[in-house]
Amino acid sequence: MRLLGAVTVTAILGFLLLPALVVTLAAFNGRAILSFPPETWSWRWFVKAIEYQDFQLGFRNGLIVTAWASSIALVVGAAFALALERYEFRFKRALETVLLSPLVVPHFTVGLGFLILAAQLGWARGYAVIVVCHVVLVLPFVLRSVYISLRNLDPRLELAAASLGAPPLRVLTTVTLPLLLPGLVSGWLFAAILSFNEFTASLFVTAQNTQTLPVALYNYVREYADPSMAAISVMYIVVTATLLTFANVFLGLGKVLNVEHSR
Amino acid sequence: MTSRPFLRVLVSPAALCALGFVAALAAVMQYSLRAYVPGSLEPGGFTLENFAALMKPLYARVFFDTVWICFLTAFFTLIIGYPLAYALVHARNVALKSAILVITVTPLFLGEVVRTYSWIVVLGNNGFLNSMLLKSGLIEQPLQLMFTRFGVVTALVHVTLPVMVIMLAAALSHIDRDYERAAASLGAGPIRAFVTVTLPLSTPGIIAGVTTAFAWTFSAFATPQLIGGGRVNMVSNLVYQLGFASFNFPSRPACRSPASRSPSQCWG
Repeated sequence: MRLLGAVTVTAILGFLLLPALVVTLAAFNGRAILSFPPETWSWRWFVKAIEYQDFQLGFRNGLIVTAWASSIALVVGAAFALALERYEFRFKRALETVLLSPLVVPHFTVGLGFLILAAQLGWARGYAVIVVCHVVLVLPFVLRSVYISLRNLDPRLELAAASLGAPPLRVLTTVTLPLLLPGLVSGWLFAAILSFNEFTASLFVTAQNTQTLPVALYNYVREYADPSMAAISVMYIVVTATLLTFANVFLGLGKVLNVEHSR
Repeated sequence: MTSRPFLRVLVSPAALCALGFVAALAAVMQYSLRAYVPGSLEPGGFTLENFAALMKPLYARVFFDTVWICFLTAFFTLIIGYPLAYALVHARNVALKSAILVITVTPLFLGEVVRTYSWIVVLGNNGFLNSMLLKSGLIEQPLQLMFTRFGVVTALVHVTLPVMVIMLAAALSHIDRDYERAAASLGAGPIRAFVTVTLPLSTPGIIAGVTTAFAWTFSAFATPQLIGGGRVNMVSNLVYQLGFASFNFPSRPACRSPASRSPSQCWG
């Protein structure tokens, strides 16, 4: 029974890992045509991928959008998580539901919505629309991770500071925020990873000169089939997995995703 | 609640974001009710014609195809996701647990394009699967896996699996293990204890997981676009074609509306 379970789980993990492993093999293939196992090995697709102009531009745009979106989301999300945890106010539940809903509303619809909204308000298709769209999409993750750190925070520490005469703002900056740091860092990290990798919504809100890396990749895959796409996929997978492992150690991914309990 | 320092400062940015999001969804909704003026991006007056147009045979076929693909994907994702979620929740070894967790959720953060491209490399005619099968002598001609429903569903299951596992694991982790122990001490074998106790208790997670998998699949775009290659069309591809090829913008939101659903089950 146990053995059967172990075999099943290993097989499923194998299914999850298979594409990543295969892509890694393909990326080091010396020839331009796919063949398994590769006959010659080389780094040249990595060089080509890094030198490709659209990828460079997409990477730069992606960094701009991600830096703005994740930082704005961090401030907005952390503030709201604090309000959620500490206060009762009108429309609290409704607001929370709306802000968490981008998790289940198709990103397709969100992207299309912001495109139409921007068109109707007469906004240019610049970075602003992309950033707003991404902020909305990554906010649930920031909210969630900051909220969990807040729940784990001992309120007596704040009370102690207050009783020693610290005004509310001082308590916030010298006690609450430093204690929340792990939650803030991992919330920001999640937001950054998600924003950088967001494709479906980005496809709608980006234009030719503001396209982010995933959109550039999509355009590349549609037109070319050489392994430089595999090379860039490998870089993506390695960076994302490393960051996630880091986030897991820092805060516990399980808690943010609600599959483990904080107490 | 005697004093509520800076409550307004804390809430208003978030409220602004929520407002923007609702406005974007409302924009989709109201666009779906506007008439299409050929050759113009400006929509005409209000109409229900866009929804009526969905009854055209081509659209109807794509719509039912999509529902069928969503159903298959949700079903297989559930079957594959359940054991994984169970293992994730009940693994005792911390390193094993975090390995399972990171392997499971990394695809979620990778984005659709990279994942779909990887599947093209696996499924293509010169791809991994066909090469291995040809080399081992099991087949003589490469199997046609790309541009088939099988290929699209396989990749979609992979794309949807992390979300399903997260939802199931959230539900499973809330079940008190004492119930299973009680069943065991009353003489139920492990299978009976699972079927009569754990499985029914995890029903909310199954429902949340299946509906979310359905919605994600319904809105999947890059996967059916690249792996289906025009031969397996889903609603999202049709929507994109309508919007960007013929600029019939108002028809697009009408295609979307079936996918909108209640967003409350996600965090359990």
